[in-house]
Amino acid sequence: MRDVMPKWADVVLIPLISLVLAFLLSAVVIIAIGEDPVAAVKMMVTGALGSTYAWGYTLYYATNFIFTGLAVAVAFHAKLFNIGGEGQATLGGLGVALVCLALPWPHWTLALPAAVIGAALFGAAWAAIPAWLQAKRGSHIVITTIMFNFIGAAVLNYLLVNVMRPVGSMDPATAKFPNGTHLPTLHDLLAPFGIAFSRAAPANISFLIAVAACILVYLLIWRTRLGYEIRAQGHSEPAAIYAGIRPVRIVMAAMLISGALAGLMAVNNVMGEAERLVLNSVEGAGFIGIAVALMGRSHPFGVFLAAILFGFLYQGGAELALWTDIPRELIVVIQALVILFTGALDNMVRMPLERLFLGLRKGRA
Amino acid sequence: MTLMQKLLGAGAALAVSAGGALAEPAMVYDLGGKFDKSFNEAAFGGAEKWKAETGESYREIELQSEAQREQALRRFAEAGLNPIVMAGFAFGSVLEEVAADYPDTKFQIIDMVVDAPNVRSIVFSEHEGSYLVGMMAAMASESNTVGFIGGMDIPLIRKFACGYAQGVKAVNPDATVIQNMTGTTPAAWNDPVKGGELTRAQISQGADVIYAAAGGTGVGVLQTAADEGILSIGVDSNQNYLHPGQVLTSMVKRVDVAVYNAFKAGADLETGIFVLGLAEDGVGYAVDEHNADLVTEEMQAAVEDAKAKIIAGEIAVHDYMSDNTCPVK
Repeated sequence: MRDVMPKWADVVLIPLISLVLAFLLSAVVIIAIGEDPVAAVKMMVTGALGSTYAWGYTLYYATNFIFTGLAVAVAFHAKLFNIGGEGQATLGGLGVALVCLALPWPHWTLALPAAVIGAALFGAAWAAIPAWLQAKRGSHIVITTIMFNFIGAAVLNYLLVNVMRPVGSMDPATAKFPNGTHLPTLHDLLAPFGIAFSRAAPANISFLIAVAACILVYLLIWRTRLGYEIRAQGHSEPAAIYAGIRPVRIVMAAMLISGALAGLMAVNNVMGEAERLVLNSVEGAGFIGIAVALMGRSHPFGVFLAAILFGFLYQGGAELALWTDIPRELIVVIQALVILFTGALDNMVRMPLERLFLGLRKGRA
Repeated sequence: MTLMQKLLGAGAALAVSAGGALAEPAMVYDLGGKFDKSFNEAAFGGAEKWKAETGESYREIELQSEAQREQALRRFAEAGLNPIVMAGFAFGSVLEEVAADYPDTKFQIIDMVVDAPNVRSIVFSEHEGSYLVGMMAAMASESNTVGFIGGMDIPLIRKFACGYAQGVKAVNPDATVIQNMTGTTPAAWNDPVKGGELTRAQISQGADVIYAAAGGTGVGVLQTAADEGILSIGVDSNQNYLHPGQVLTSMVKRVDVAVYNAFKAGADLETGIFVLGLAEDGVGYAVDEHNADLVTEEMQAAVEDAKAKIIAGEIAVHDYMSDNTCPVK
């Protein structure tokens, strides 16, 4: 089945057709509630790409999705389906909050590396238990990671309500992080180059960390021995064992890296944006990461592009909620349709296309 | 109004903001949702009333998650909307930051005090209104057991519970008040199923009047109470109409008036801290055609008497939030 289609069709054509289908169905939904789909699309485009403010939000969301998308992608190379990005990012947020609140940080250059380590450690730790259960006990990773999402949410809920909430506050959230942990936003970063980027937008230096993570994941998967072992395990476990690769080690390594990447998302949303830890700070990015990884074919560059697309959808959706009467439930429906088509219904587009290409080839032969 | 007109309107709002002039007011609802039949819907009612009277339009948003609060406020402020009204204590910490960044925009927060020069903080004396409905609950109860179901377990809701319990005990010192909270997170504002379960649990313990101070969760409480044939007490909005003849009364909190007044004042909104109690008609109990048969003359006389005494200062209802304790259980 592998070589049925040319590479370009696999990488470009299928995601494109899926997207078009999703948008067509979304248009039907918008028409059904009596709104104008063309105007809605226009609003999404200007709202997500039309100004530096809009780009600031699109890139902010994209940064989240790059981290969670990479997390899913790395695990996927070892044929592990980590759908616990949500929980791992939640715990990553806890790591960031603990680091930021522990010391009166004098400057962000000191706080950032510490927060990165805290986020990665907590995210990896949250992935470690399902990984160990999979490696040693054969408990299915899909089941355990998704359950750990609920446990993670409950743990954070408990900590925010009972332990980390400042005295006298009614909102279940931590205190504000000290000023020394304030990360430079794109506004601050671009100002020296004479580029006036919106001051209010939350995109920050974490975006650069996300880009660096893409490059590092590429090097890890295709240029290191561990990456080779991960891919070998993913293609065939018996063959990997025959080649002297220990599955337990690979499962643990892949899942720890995956969890750490998901946890790193918290540097962006907790430290870079909210500057305090609130409930539901992940906002479903862990699950979007699955769609991003599937659409990006588990390649870091693909993940990067897919993350930008989903950043656009998220920010565009927020604009729709602000400026139209389309109810919030239907905006979630539209976002879900895109995820459904690009993620879950991949084969619906793939199979007819493969048949088509097969037919073309036979015709030529 | 078609979407295109709205787009143009939004564009116009942006253009106007660039010129520094004032524009439409904006309303931000909390996680319970605009149609929670209670707190947020009261705010919506006030905004709609202003719209109907002036014929002008306003912008609004329902939040999808906690993390959206700041984006919603900033986006509206960037667009030059003024004033921006938000319903809910949870906006407090976010508003502290956002208000400082937009000194020319007026903000109004309900249920929370934010000390900033361009913020109007509205807080209500919910304990006083709850005291009155507590008295009515005790008088209507035959089992001498009444219930309270709160939304999120926060001092604000305990303030409702404490005022209610004081009112009950004032009428009948031997009465039992069963108290439950739906949860500890904002999700507790919109969980009618759990509200119904708690109602059933309280009924099994003998409660025959239940007061719900739980936003959208209260819809489940009132529904279950009506199904099981006991009385309930609504909150924030007048909810008597939801189950005519089965809702004893509603502790109305005039969120609608607060929103209406803010919209009416526009960019000239007076800032500062405003406390609305019985004397200001900020809180009270609702009597209308749906519950007229339930509220006896004796009941109404007693409650009116207590109301006058509270306003005159002869009865002091303890405010839970003043010291985080309640003198009665």
